[in-house]
Amino acid sequence: MDTKILMDQILGGIGYLLLAPVLGGLLAGFDRIVTARMQSRKGPPLFQPFYDLFKLCEKRGSVVNQFQNLYMLCFLIFIIITGLIFFTGGNLLLTIFALTVASVFLILGAFSTNSPYSTIGADRELLQMMAYEPMMLIAAMGMYLVTRSFNVRDIIADPFPLVYSLPFIFIGFVFILTIKLRKSPFDLSSSHHGHQEIVKGITTEFSGPALALFEIAHWYENILLLGFVYLFFAAFNPVVAVFLTIATYIFEIFIDNACARLTWRFTVKSSWLVAGVLGGVNLLAAAYLLL
Amino acid sequence: MKIILFLLVFPLIPALFSSVTGNQKLRGGIIRLSSAAIALGSIYCAWIFMGKDITFFSLEHAFIEKGVLAGEIILSLFLLYKCKDIVAKEWWIPSLIVVQTAIMLFCDFGIKLPKVEHALYIDNFSVIMTLIIGIIGSLICVYSVSYMKDYHHHHTGMKDRQRSFFFIMFLFLSAMFGVVFANNLVWLFLCWEITTLCSYLMIGYPKTEEATRNAFRALGLNLLGGLSFVIAIFYLVKVGIAGQKTIELDHVLAGAKVFALIPAILISFAGITKSAQMPFSSWLLGAMVAPTPVSALLHSSTMVKAGVFIIVKFAPVLAGTFGGHMVALIGGVTFLMTSLLAVTQSNAKRVLAYSTIANLGLVVACAGIGTYETIWAAILLIIFHAVSKGLLFLSVGTIEHKIASRDIEDMTGLIALYPGLGFVMLVGILGMFLAPFGMLISKWAALQAFIDVKPPILALLLAFGSAPTLFFWTKWMGKIVSIPQDIHKARNGVSGNEWTALGLLAALTMAACGLFPLIASTFITPYLIDNFSQRVNLESGNLIIMSIMLAFMIIVPLGFALYPKKWPLTPTYLSGANIGGSLKYRGAMGREREVGIRSYYLSGFLSEAGLTNVSVIATLVLIVAMFVTILLPQV
Repeated sequence: MDTKILMDQILGGIGYLLLAPVLGGLLAGFDRIVTARMQSRKGPPLFQPFYDLFKLCEKRGSVVNQFQNLYMLCFLIFIIITGLIFFTGGNLLLTIFALTVASVFLILGAFSTNSPYSTIGADRELLQMMAYEPMMLIAAMGMYLVTRSFNVRDIIADPFPLVYSLPFIFIGFVFILTIKLRKSPFDLSSSHHGHQEIVKGITTEFSGPALALFEIAHWYENILLLGFVYLFFAAFNPVVAVFLTIATYIFEIFIDNACARLTWRFTVKSSWLVAGVLGGVNLLAAAYLLL
Repeated sequence: MKIILFLLVFPLIPALFSSVTGNQKLRGGIIRLSSAAIALGSIYCAWIFMGKDITFFSLEHAFIEKGVLAGEIILSLFLLYKCKDIVAKEWWIPSLIVVQTAIMLFCDFGIKLPKVEHALYIDNFSVIMTLIIGIIGSLICVYSVSYMKDYHHHHTGMKDRQRSFFFIMFLFLSAMFGVVFANNLVWLFLCWEITTLCSYLMIGYPKTEEATRNAFRALGLNLLGGLSFVIAIFYLVKVGIAGQKTIELDHVLAGAKVFALIPAILISFAGITKSAQMPFSSWLLGAMVAPTPVSALLHSSTMVKAGVFIIVKFAPVLAGTFGGHMVALIGGVTFLMTSLLAVTQSNAKRVLAYSTIANLGLVVACAGIGTYETIWAAILLIIFHAVSKGLLFLSVGTIEHKIASRDIEDMTGLIALYPGLGFVMLVGILGMFLAPFGMLISKWAALQAFIDVKPPILALLLAFGSAPTLFFWTKWMGKIVSIPQDIHKARNGVSGNEWTALGLLAALTMAACGLFPLIASTFITPYLIDNFSQRVNLESGNLIIMSIMLAFMIIVPLGFALYPKKWPLTPTYLSGANIGGSLKYRGAMGREREVGIRSYYLSGFLSEAGLTNVSVIATLVLIVAMFVTILLPQV
């Protein structure tokens, strides 16, 4: 039994380490195609994100101080550590805390440049974190109340689909997932296009290979987040669960295309309201009804 | 026994000495030596008693009893005399003193105090507190030696009253040792009131109008707690625990809840005022007017820690009761609201003050629930908070003298300007909120414990409250690490005394973060086994992951030192309108303009006054509910 758990852990870990960037890149390519179709365009080839990435790596980066790129490297490393905790079946709260550490490194990198656009981006990224963090913790607590464990390996082993017992928490989670995936209407910290009011926000001063690190980290992060979504469906047949997870992502792409960016005030208020009402109600229900 | 008496009495020697000697050099030397003696004494004490069962000591002597009584009377008379400085309509402060003393004297002469078997005790929680008071407290004293010299340099108009300053500092330490060792509640109460007196005197140190006003606010609110404490003693000598009249702490803790809950709630209320929980938080915010070491002392190792110490002590009585839940909710609401309040502040000391209140709120919340898991988290919180907050306050004090500002916005580029100071600040901040460091471990433990409490309201409060914590700490760190392109390392260094304290506290913070499993197993586990017959087991898998994260975190500063500086530098992006390499650009009409960068403080979104009002009302309701439970017949 123990060796089986260990095997699963090793497989999950190595799988995430090697496959997540590939899947993340493909997801980004898929995202661009679906987005293009929603806008009646043809869109780039599926592998376009990889071509972009290789091009970034070949460029000569420039910096405004000598340390900024190291923060980006730490961001990537901690995203990978976070993913490893999750995909080896580890503690969900620890996953969330490690994800926070990763984001803090990204933000410090942006602050370190002392550039006006980066600083605005960093501050907004922090606001975004403040907006989504309660809901993430509530989701983890809800899963604990249903499965009596914070460990991913126990949560996926639960026979009853979590989306049935935690429907409101699922909706709330999808809400903040939009923030976490950096999609409209909540793409406050780094806008998709460089010609808008905060240029590229948090990544303004990063270029070449450092920006490539950011892209890879983002892909790793997206796969991790989809893993989180998968937990809600884990009790279904795996094919159905994966299908539902991808459907959730397509829904996010739809939201991305259907909405214009909102203010940070609305972002913080609405996410806290959603977390407090949907998350709170579902948590109370889970605490009293399910035991 | 001897070592405990040493810790209680010895600090009075440097206190008296520095109160008589005017020679600054000699005084500095004595303070350094005695601080070292106190620190070593507390380490020795910890070495002897750690891991052992609770040990009691009898100390029976008519002289001591008379001394305690005399002490109380002198203290009251002194405070009454001081009330002559009251400017506002704060007539209620002297009346509190009179009522309090009257009840105490009535207990003493009217009812007669019951015989005390064990006047002093030491258990593993006292050992932890001893280390905190002895090491951090005395480091702050060492730091003060040079800080106060600088302070009077910067404040030339102020009368130099350093002699009384150091007298109060050491008296404070002695009284704190009394709080953690006294089993006789009357002695505990005397020490409790001495800490109130000391903080009143220290806050009033600058003798400005504002300082005097804030000192009286601190005095008034803490006397309110003192009154509640005295009523608890009155209840114990009048009614007693199951008919048994007693003023011994261990008897109360071991008593049936039906009887013990009433004094427990009354004393917890005293703890709530002392640890500056909402709605009494204003006194700790006002305390910032005092010189920075005072804030460091109040926030890290004394005063507020006495408040949470006593509540954690009473946790087994509070556990599972309605009153206990109310105490927990007061802490939880305080945690959420003051975390939000900290976001709105750019004054470094105010941010630190709000964060202290928030963290103590978490400790109070843990204690109110009172299960072994929450107590584990609470004690860890106390430890981590003491080291990190001591470090942060002292760093801010030094920075303030260097850059002549305590505004976070002015700390831009600190890491380039004063790399050493910047580094210790980062250590302190990291210890306060980020995985895998100290505070976060305790928050994690608290969250895991709160989720099993029904209804899971505290878990929700914690989930919402920790998000703003992230915001204000990271924002501050961002200012420290941001590097303007034209910045250069400053020349003027930091004095030896200040570096000793800062360096050692930074080392302690790192050691506490790295060795927390060891701290937990040597100090906290024995305490939990004694009081709850339970232990908290850390999952080895999580510990391994945390160690890996910690290892990475240790590599990061090394990485910064060794990182090849090979990248071609470009000017900061200003939409192509830069002038030269600076943060200036060509604006409208061809005028040269400087870029101004400020972080978000969400003023206008979150108003300090509005949030404070809401939380004062909410916590007042909770306090009323808490007291109502003791009036109801106990089930």
